[in-house]
Amino acid sequence: MDTRNSRIGLVLFAVYLLLYGGFVYLNAFAADVMETTPIAGVNLAILYGFGLIVAALVLALIYGLLCKPTVGEIAARGGKK
Amino acid sequence: MIYETSYKAIAIFFAFVAVTLGLSFYLGGKAKSSQGYFAAHGQIPWFVNGIAFAGDYLSAASFLGICGMIAFYGYDGFLYSIGYLAGWIVALFVVAEPMKRLGKFTFADALDAKFNSPGIKLAVGISTLAVSIFYLIPQMVGAGVLVQPLLGFSHWVGVVIVGATVIVIVVTAGMVSTTWVQFLKGSLLVLFSAILTFMIWARGFETKQGGVDGHVFQTIGPISESASDSALAETLAQQPGLEESEVVQPDGEWADVPYVRTRNGAGTVTVWRKEDAGDGMVRFSEAQTVETREGHVWVNGQPKGEKKGEPELHPVGYVSKLPGGETKTGPLGPFSFFSTLQNSEVVLWPKQVVTGADGVKTTVYYQKPTPGNQILRPGESPTFKGIRSDKLLDKLNFLSLMLALFCGTASLPHILIRYYTVKDESSARKSTIVGIASIGFFYVLTLYMGLGAMTSGSLDVTDSNMPAPLLARSLNEWLFAAISAIAFTTVLGTVSGLILASAGAVTHDLMSSYLKIEMSDHEKVRVAKLASVVVGVIAVVLGIQFKSLNVSYLVGWAFSVAASANLPSLVMILFWKGVTRQGVITAVLVGMISSLGWILLSADTFTGVYGLSADQAIVPFSQPGIVTIPLGFLTLVVVSLMTGGKK
Repeated sequence: MDTRNSRIGLVLFAVYLLLYGGFVYLNAFAADVMETTPIAGVNLAILYGFGLIVAALVLALIYGLLCKPTVGEIAARGGKK
Repeated sequence: MIYETSYKAIAIFFAFVAVTLGLSFYLGGKAKSSQGYFAAHGQIPWFVNGIAFAGDYLSAASFLGICGMIAFYGYDGFLYSIGYLAGWIVALFVVAEPMKRLGKFTFADALDAKFNSPGIKLAVGISTLAVSIFYLIPQMVGAGVLVQPLLGFSHWVGVVIVGATVIVIVVTAGMVSTTWVQFLKGSLLVLFSAILTFMIWARGFETKQGGVDGHVFQTIGPISESASDSALAETLAQQPGLEESEVVQPDGEWADVPYVRTRNGAGTVTVWRKEDAGDGMVRFSEAQTVETREGHVWVNGQPKGEKKGEPELHPVGYVSKLPGGETKTGPLGPFSFFSTLQNSEVVLWPKQVVTGADGVKTTVYYQKPTPGNQILRPGESPTFKGIRSDKLLDKLNFLSLMLALFCGTASLPHILIRYYTVKDESSARKSTIVGIASIGFFYVLTLYMGLGAMTSGSLDVTDSNMPAPLLARSLNEWLFAAISAIAFTTVLGTVSGLILASAGAVTHDLMSSYLKIEMSDHEKVRVAKLASVVVGVIAVVLGIQFKSLNVSYLVGWAFSVAASANLPSLVMILFWKGVTRQGVITAVLVGMISSLGWILLSADTFTGVYGLSADQAIVPFSQPGIVTIPLGFLTLVVVSLMTGGKK
């Protein structure tokens, strides 16, 4: 498989896994922390949840920018380039 | 509740469905070959495919189930939103490109690319069918839910209408039209949800003592706890409408629960929940009841009516206190919406079933004024209350579900086949990013819509799938019609996608690859259409059977089965060279059978489907993922190592 793209994919996947794992861990083992209201009177449960959604999009965009066309695709377009 | 038919809504609704079907027929005419039928000739533009992902994914479960769960219990429903979205990360970063590179029509193609084994095709084909049918159930349940308030039909009629329409769409069209229909639906659903959210912010919060029907729930007392029944009856009799009331002697389980029943002069029984008011005083708050007597449904002590104005449950869902003793907030912003609710108090309506001496089971829905900070924290719903327990076993159910949601998306056959509708890997990648953007945006909105429904005064205490459409109706009749029509057609689209995935599995994986039946291109399409009809009929029957369960909850199960059966093979084939044919077959079958078996033996199925008590359940918690996903991986590795030598 295309190693460059898949390596980027795996690194970004690991980043998200940490964020998601942290969220699930806090909910399961430190639910009280989720009740604190660090910003604008909104609790951590909501902030972290929204954060995860935004993070997914940001990581997806980073991936889209970093990935290059695969060898197969370049070959397929070969004549036009 | 009794749902009044709205002609405005029906007009919009049918216009919408007609346009969808028209589009479907028009586009369907263009796809004649099996490549066209199953994979839209691989010619769908990536942006359209990305929004179609959203259309496929934001199904009845997301719109109805999540909003409903948030409206009933608060934050907990949003945990599903987060898990559903997180799954896309697995899909994008790990699965998208290899899937596109390896497969042609079905998910089994990709798994089997290296081995070319009929056994793999068979196992994966069966698991595709199992997951698709499991995922179809909540869509069908959701369809029935949508039709009820809109057209005034009963639930099963809705299910049958959807089933029939979808079968028509799939049989006439295939992947091209399904994709365009999903594109349309996906974008409209997100757009209208955004409009709904703006209206919720603009409305703000207002304190009330009842729902939109104007009924004010009564509270009696405080009176002395030691007061005799006659003293209580005397106090009650001073309340309007309760003259000549007497207290019903508690019998059966009524003797052990904190309720008092009163019968007024007309013979109507009302149930009151007894609450401690401090200093030896108690207060009685009006509850709502549903019971079945001699085959008829009774609500609040009277036979349930059929038309507006006759006895029915009162709609609920209101803020009882606002911060600083205010009665109305005026328009709020995205953050002040939460910070205001955080310091308010909302009346929720939990339920309790009480069996009388005569054997009649009464479901009592009682008022539970709940502080906003509790509503906005995790662990308040029955599904997730385990996270507030000290025992690890109780927390496992939550961990298991979050794992299944994370792993499930990338294993759903109807999502995976969408990778074959675009032309290359970079299009697959781009369309996933578009999908994540639109789906993520929608999930942010679910929290506002759910909480908006919770405080809209329009909730039906008996149905946790209804809050989103009822919220729309409490805001605007046109909006309600549009939202319902979109949600309904989204169900149509998701169901079409699932049925197509199943039909593909039957045609390619089972008949063509495993049974080695020679078929011309034309015959393949015909077999697929026949399979669609059969799967569609099965889905209709199951949709009627599973009516009472929250749709998002049902989808959680489909994710567990998908993740347990499909993900281990999918991931290991990409990252481990030692995978063998036997390993894949065993892992798929073990993952599927163990997760399905676990679900069928769980406490939630015992109570929700079989009507047995939760104590009789065999497995220790309801969500299988945390056990069966690792089990799938383990099986694959062990069997591959054992059979590695004799490939």
